[in-house]
Amino acid sequence: MTVLDCKKLREVSFEMGPSLLELKGISKSFSGALVLDEVDFSVDSGEVHVLFGENGAGKSTLISIIAGALSPDKGVFNFKNNQIDIYSVHHARSLGISAVFQEFSLVPQMTVEENLFLGSEISRFGLLNKQEAHNQAKDILDRLGFDLKPNQRIDFLSRAEQQMVEIAKAFRDDVSVLILDEPTASLTEKETEQLFDLINLVKQDGVGIIYITHRISEIRRIGDRITVLRDGKKVGTAAADVPEKELVRMMTGKVFDQIFPKIDFKPGRNVLEINNLATQNGAVQDLSLSVNKGEIVGIAGLVGSGKSDIGRACFGLLDIASGQIRFDGMDISGNSPSQMLDLGLYYIPSDRRDEGLIMSRPSRESVSMSALSSPDFSKGLFIRLEQEKKKVNDLAGKMNLQPHNIEKAPSMFSGGNQQKIMLAKCLTRKVRLFVFDEPTVGVDVGTRIAIYEFIAELSMNGAAILVISSDLTEILHLPKRVYVMCRGHLSAELSGEALNQETVLEHCFGHEAA
Amino acid sequence: MEAKSPKSRNAISHYIRMAFIRLGVLPFLLVAAIIIFTALSDNFLTGRNLLNVVRQSTYLALVAVGQMFALLTGGFDLSVGTILAITSVVGALAMATAYSFMPDALFLAIAIGIIAGVLAGTMIGVVNGIGVAVFDVSPFMMTLGMASVGFGIALYLTGGIPVYGMPIEFGDIFGFGTFLGLPVPVLVAFLLILGMYIVVDRTRLGRHFYAVGGNIKAAHLSGINTNRTLFLAYVLSGFMAAISGILLTARLDSGEANIGASMPLESIAACVIAGVSLRGGIGKVENVVLGALFIGIVQNGMNLARIESYLQIVVIGLLLIFAVIVDRFRIKLVASCQD
Repeated sequence: MTVLDCKKLREVSFEMGPSLLELKGISKSFSGALVLDEVDFSVDSGEVHVLFGENGAGKSTLISIIAGALSPDKGVFNFKNNQIDIYSVHHARSLGISAVFQEFSLVPQMTVEENLFLGSEISRFGLLNKQEAHNQAKDILDRLGFDLKPNQRIDFLSRAEQQMVEIAKAFRDDVSVLILDEPTASLTEKETEQLFDLINLVKQDGVGIIYITHRISEIRRIGDRITVLRDGKKVGTAAADVPEKELVRMMTGKVFDQIFPKIDFKPGRNVLEINNLATQNGAVQDLSLSVNKGEIVGIAGLVGSGKSDIGRACFGLLDIASGQIRFDGMDISGNSPSQMLDLGLYYIPSDRRDEGLIMSRPSRESVSMSALSSPDFSKGLFIRLEQEKKKVNDLAGKMNLQPHNIEKAPSMFSGGNQQKIMLAKCLTRKVRLFVFDEPTVGVDVGTRIAIYEFIAELSMNGAAILVISSDLTEILHLPKRVYVMCRGHLSAELSGEALNQETVLEHCFGHEAA
Repeated sequence: MEAKSPKSRNAISHYIRMAFIRLGVLPFLLVAAIIIFTALSDNFLTGRNLLNVVRQSTYLALVAVGQMFALLTGGFDLSVGTILAITSVVGALAMATAYSFMPDALFLAIAIGIIAGVLAGTMIGVVNGIGVAVFDVSPFMMTLGMASVGFGIALYLTGGIPVYGMPIEFGDIFGFGTFLGLPVPVLVAFLLILGMYIVVDRTRLGRHFYAVGGNIKAAHLSGINTNRTLFLAYVLSGFMAAISGILLTARLDSGEANIGASMPLESIAACVIAGVSLRGGIGKVENVVLGALFIGIVQNGMNLARIESYLQIVVIGLLLIFAVIVDRFRIKLVASCQD
């Protein structure tokens, strides 16, 4: 399975200096689901160790454990040749392990300097020493070469500038291990260059850096070693100049032919057509695509490429700046979700907890929620309770909800079963176009198979289907035709032979990999 | 044989735990209150006194059921006290004026007064609803602001003096009258609350309240008009408080600007004790009525036990905080039972 034999691995690690931080057999599970399975990982002094893998591979969990935000269920932690336990983020920081997460931990109403010293404010005689904090903040920012004023308020800064503050915060104390979680995701090219210079600078001071990125070009540029995670397991560790093909193979693993149903595509007339769409928030620009009846079409792209925004714009959740969305030839740009539902367009959001289900109410109510006005569920103003129970029960049976109890709240079901509730929900109405945003995020393989069969059945019954996904295997095997998004623009439309890992990834990353 | 006793004790504690998880703290509080007050006063557990408790709790029950709509959608209504005041003052002024102009058209004057009062009170709810649903003002600020506006108007209209001059029949019927052996205010409240129960439990609107409070984004994505739902929650809350206000005016035989001062706290307390979630999405009409009844029982029992009225206010506040703490504990217990 693993690409590199052990000998080679050992060579790689012996070439470097002594291990600064070493993790052995780290396991972690959340409510029964194993997220990390016996993962080994190490960082040496003065190296950049890239952590690579698909979404949900366990990267975030691993760095959360290293940063002290989570504690592992199992495993050993060696830091500077001493076995230790990390109790909290604060404890990790005091040891010299600092993390810069994608989600910012800044207080927007406070200034840069107040944020820098949040939690360890400089005080004298019990009072805040603002002058000293100001000076020290200025020193840190100057040393890092960031063009920021210490007394600026966070909410007036751009996202890139906020990212800089977050990085500066990590440098407040003496750092020996620095964790950077996709630090360049929101930076411009100039800012990215600055960050790389900075990384080279602190490398020379002997700091070990754990770097998470999706961009292959960055791995080449600053990485020394790379570790690939997949489904919570470590696939292997290699030197950063490993061939790209090999990297992709490590990341995506074997092809799950058996998971995907065979689908007879009989594309019919056009159902959805998007012409030169640009959204108000700028996430999507000049996008055109079309979906036909009885066809499954995929949209691939990295996080932040604008692929999710397409689905949201179709359903009237995002304001449209220009362009047109046509449904059955009718212009539906700017309709509200309830109008879209009435027309027969259904959007299944990626975040079940946040946008899909009423976590605290009986699941039955989540299922029937979008169809309450149909005669199946209500008569006049009144809900037909018995009918509702029967209908939802049938749907739960069809989706094989486990346990089969529609009065239980969604919060009491596993992720996979929550997703089944979401899917039961979209069977309550007559729908001609389904837009699935990450249909299999955070579900087990069994549910995954069920969901693919479900989608295949919908398509064979004549529905048009748009699947937006970050899951490469899914994008390669479920749809027949795939649009690839890169930084808000359509970078390719692939089908047939051209629809393969290399091409999709290449277009996902733009041409920066080349 | 030895093992049997702890086993059955375990079984009992298990049942109590399950009952606590399912029903919440209210049944336990009700039983405790009844036992304590029966012990403290011989007059407590008599048919006459209990009917008295029910009659006294009517006004709070109406307001609390209205309050529940706001809570269900994840907000709350701090202006219910003011709505009682506005209803009372406007209703009394309109009725007294109409009566003085046409002393013969007695029932017309009463009807004019009731309609004017209820409309005025409901208008506060309408403004609350517009603020929360259309302008996206936080329910806290919106209803707090309207509480001040309404109270100011009520004081301005009356100069702080109670309004008299309503026909005596108004109080005789709606304050002290009985029908089929039941006090009229209790009957009115019963019918209205029954109606609200049906709205919440059986209609689409009721389901929308739960959906909006449970997950407003999911509700929006499911095609529910969330703005309309939020708006109606505050209108209904205002309407229920207005009905309570007009009934209380009949009972007092005068229009007063300060009749609802304790209502915001007591109505929220009744709801929370009855298990209505402050985060929205959870709550039942029948429990809220029991919650209002519980507060009525506590007040009545403390009166019979001759506990000073100022101390009673302390007890109500403590009960509210106690109920919230116990509810937190229950949520933890529910979570632990799932593992």
